[in-house]
Amino acid sequence: MTFAGRTAAWWAWLRSPRLPAVPLCLPPWLPGGPVACQRPYGSHSKDKLDMSTYPVESIRNFSIIAHVDHGKSTLADRLLEITGTIAKTDRNKQVLDKLQVERERGITVKAQSASLFYNYEGVNYLLNLIDTPGHVDFSYEVSRSLSACQGVILVVDANEGIQAQTVANFYLAFEAQLAIIPVINKIDLKNADPERVEKQIEKLFDIPIDECVRISAKKGTNVETVLQKVIEKIPPPQCNTADPLKALVFDSTFDHYRGVIANIALFGGEIEKGHKIISAHTKKRYEVNEVGILTPNEQPTHKLYAGQVGYVIAGMKEVTEAQIGDTLFLYKQPVEPLPGFKSAKPMVFAGMYPVDQTEYNNLKSALERLTLNDSSVTVHRDSSLALGAGWRLGFLGLLHMEVFNQRLEQEYNMSVILTAPTVPYKAVLSSAKLIKEYGKAEITIINPAQFPDKLSVSEYLEPTVLGTIVTPQEYIGKIIVLCQDRRAVQKDMVYIDEHRVMLKYLFPLNEIVVDFYDALKSLSSGYASFDYEDAGYQAADLIKMDILLNGNPVEELATIIHNDKAYATGKFLCERLKDAIPRQLFEIAIQAAIGKKIIARETLKAYRKNVVAKCYGGDITRRMKLLKRQAEGKKLMRKIGNVDVPRDAFIRVLKRQTDK
Amino acid sequence: TWCPQWPYCRKRCSYCNFNKYVVPAVDEAAMGACLVREVLTLLRLSQVQSVTSVFFGGGTPSLASPGTVAGVLEAIAGAAHLPAGAEVTLEANPSSASPQRLAGFRAAGVNRLSIGVQSLDDAELRLLGREHTAAEAQRAVELAGGLFPGRTSMDLIFGLPGQSRDAWARGLEVALGLCDHHISLYQLTLERGTALAAQVWGGKLPTPPQDLLADMYHTACATLVSAGFRHYEVSNFARKGALSTHNLSYWRAEQYIGVGPGAHGRFVPWGEGVCSREARVQTLEPDAWMREVQSRGHGTRRRVVLSPLEQLEEVLALGLRTDEGVTHQRWGRFSPDLSLEAVFGVPGEAAELQRQGWLVLDGGGLRCRREGLALLDSLLPDLLCQLQRG
Repeated sequence: MTFAGRTAAWWAWLRSPRLPAVPLCLPPWLPGGPVACQRPYGSHSKDKLDMSTYPVESIRNFSIIAHVDHGKSTLADRLLEITGTIAKTDRNKQVLDKLQVERERGITVKAQSASLFYNYEGVNYLLNLIDTPGHVDFSYEVSRSLSACQGVILVVDANEGIQAQTVANFYLAFEAQLAIIPVINKIDLKNADPERVEKQIEKLFDIPIDECVRISAKKGTNVETVLQKVIEKIPPPQCNTADPLKALVFDSTFDHYRGVIANIALFGGEIEKGHKIISAHTKKRYEVNEVGILTPNEQPTHKLYAGQVGYVIAGMKEVTEAQIGDTLFLYKQPVEPLPGFKSAKPMVFAGMYPVDQTEYNNLKSALERLTLNDSSVTVHRDSSLALGAGWRLGFLGLLHMEVFNQRLEQEYNMSVILTAPTVPYKAVLSSAKLIKEYGKAEITIINPAQFPDKLSVSEYLEPTVLGTIVTPQEYIGKIIVLCQDRRAVQKDMVYIDEHRVMLKYLFPLNEIVVDFYDALKSLSSGYASFDYEDAGYQAADLIKMDILLNGNPVEELATIIHNDKAYATGKFLCERLKDAIPRQLFEIAIQAAIGKKIIARETLKAYRKNVVAKCYGGDITRRMKLLKRQAEGKKLMRKIGNVDVPRDAFIRVLKRQTDK
Repeated sequence: TWCPQWPYCRKRCSYCNFNKYVVPAVDEAAMGACLVREVLTLLRLSQVQSVTSVFFGGGTPSLASPGTVAGVLEAIAGAAHLPAGAEVTLEANPSSASPQRLAGFRAAGVNRLSIGVQSLDDAELRLLGREHTAAEAQRAVELAGGLFPGRTSMDLIFGLPGQSRDAWARGLEVALGLCDHHISLYQLTLERGTALAAQVWGGKLPTPPQDLLADMYHTACATLVSAGFRHYEVSNFARKGALSTHNLSYWRAEQYIGVGPGAHGRFVPWGEGVCSREARVQTLEPDAWMREVQSRGHGTRRRVVLSPLEQLEEVLALGLRTDEGVTHQRWGRFSPDLSLEAVFGVPGEAAELQRQGWLVLDGGGLRCRREGLALLDSLLPDLLCQLQRG
């Protein structure tokens, strides 16, 4: 598994079946309901909430950010309990994480938001916990959801201290100019060393030691203090109900009965049923059917007001109509859209094929259903002579790909062949003819078949990421070697305390998409953590490498790689193919070539003997069965020139190594 | 032809995955009676008039007493014509080949002996889990040669883990000095579930390299051919016309009737009003087989009608193992409408394989060239594809 993290992401969440008859909370203003404490449980009220009692000054919008397993979801569980949003029971574990994959991996795949009601010093506060994606695969989504907040709770494990993801998350919040409340969690653990962690926080983030709150989310120790800090330190949103409606879409999900449910944060104005609204991105017009808050299930309200966070249902049919970062405004009252909107940009591509072609239609419908909730996955039909009909899928990052695949398997019982991931390269064209053909000078290359020749290109570009590694110092040497081997350039190296070091490297993305994380984990005995963020494109000496069998190119094995890696990759591919192709009646030259130049070669020798020794009465039936199976297999083999290549050989060469 | 199986062995060999049973006490009388009973039942079913050969296989049939063997032969001769010259072979282990036993078998009607020598090296024999020593094997072969002159065969295994090319060549020389006119050379096949395979796959013994095995095979073939042997099947060699007619009948896809636990057969059960060739298997486990024979006269566990295509597939896969190949005449017997030429003489896989020098299709029929014979299992899938289209 790669990049397992307690990461929140705004994509790909299939809503688990709702049970409206079993509400998790009741609003505080129902008769007899004391504010901000245990509430009676009963049937769901049809009465809509009145949110006008929560003016901007009493609203706090915040999120919790943390490295994997540092206790983000446990803290969220406690906050929900203390504020009476959910009942306090032993069963509240990762209440906001509903998917099997989330609970298994200890991650949040689909973020859930919740509105908490809390009375502090006689004032009723509305605290909106906006669960942000923690993983940089979703840095865009993180930035959008953080833009709905004015502050964050930064959770750090008292034993593990600052990790790579802590750093990445901190900078996202810092750059968004949010108030940061550092919380040191798990102080109840035997090896907890909160002093050390406080010093790390001071050194790396420049936050005074006395601002850190020491808690145990598991035991509930000091969690109330965190809530008070949220009220004291995080400013209320700066906006006005009197302004025209300006709502940020920071998440959207698909419900089979009600269509798209868009999670919104109001930066101005108000919204209610019957309003005609416009999407700034699509320019489409909708009529609002329902608005409400999330507790964390949907709870309808009369209206939502400036500064508040909730959801809107407005007859949108597809999640692509409610793209993250989009701005909604009232018909005929246009506003300046909120800054920072981008369409989802896939960074990692992989081919996906059914293991058995007869499963194609089932896989297709599973993909369609899964992508209903995840507009960030791009899907293009693709077909390979060796692997049959399939798709080329684009993902935001590796974790995104891993989880998507796992969900296909778990929720749709689909088993697929996923090819090794590739990244989108670019080429700056110099040939006038090609520029005219493409209609632009800079093109993105996803498929090696489209790789333009060097002669018509002034520059090739590859995507890069800025990687953060936090590690105990004893592994530095090995990690530096690993990074250099991956063509990474060191940007920074800081001791965050006497034993731990933070390294920053600029990596070509393709160098980390396959097995970097596994390599890092294994050479550091699991202690080093890694995170990365998009760092744009850089010029690169890229080439297209062909694989030849007896001189004939194998289309599906062509790859785009960096010149420096050509020899090693070519050799590796040839060796793998040599093991994967069965010996045949003649010798087979397996070669890696750049243009006409052969850079690696393996020779698969011809069979000199292949005949079963004994074949008498008793063996014949078994023998014939085997031969007929081989004859059937022969029909399915891909013929490259005179060489028969079984589908299995392609799978073994193309699939991700982690599947070994 | 008849193939009675004696399913018992005294010891399990490390490489053998045949249907065999090592039991403390064999009820030989009951076993013999059941073999006879099944012979009679299946003779009636097949309505065979004349028997061309009988082969006592196993297990270790030389562990049975000559009386039991005689009983089975008498049953066959009593119900069908068993010509005086018909080949009657018995598989014998050197450890159960005393002069008295062998003489007894000869008196019972056995006229050909196939001796499981396997190796003439004591260390190799131990590796194979054999009960006998090289010296005992040598004595058994000499003894058999005296009792069954010109009709003794010797089995040898090559490609043992750790065996060198030279060791094999030396072993073969010794065997050549000792043998009669028939010899079978089997490359060791590691079979799932055997002790030897477990040791090799578990890394305790080395895997013989492919190229070494090919060298061993090719050198052995050359050695035997230059010593006057005809390489008449992938693993079988004979001189002075001492071919095993029984085994040839398998490769020529003739009818054969398997009797005894786990025996296989291919015949047309005319006696049941069926006129298609069937593949038949007898119940594997001896006690269960005996109960079935006692209650219904035979222990046939499975019978599958072979389609015309399946029959042709067998004709091809088996016939090409021999030096004569698949003759036009034999092919015509199974495929009266579509000649060999019509299937394989047209552009396609066979033509390509001919071009590459592995196969020949001519007036004699379709057969492998010497180089092609060693690669038959790579040729067959292509040929089966072409046959299925034809």
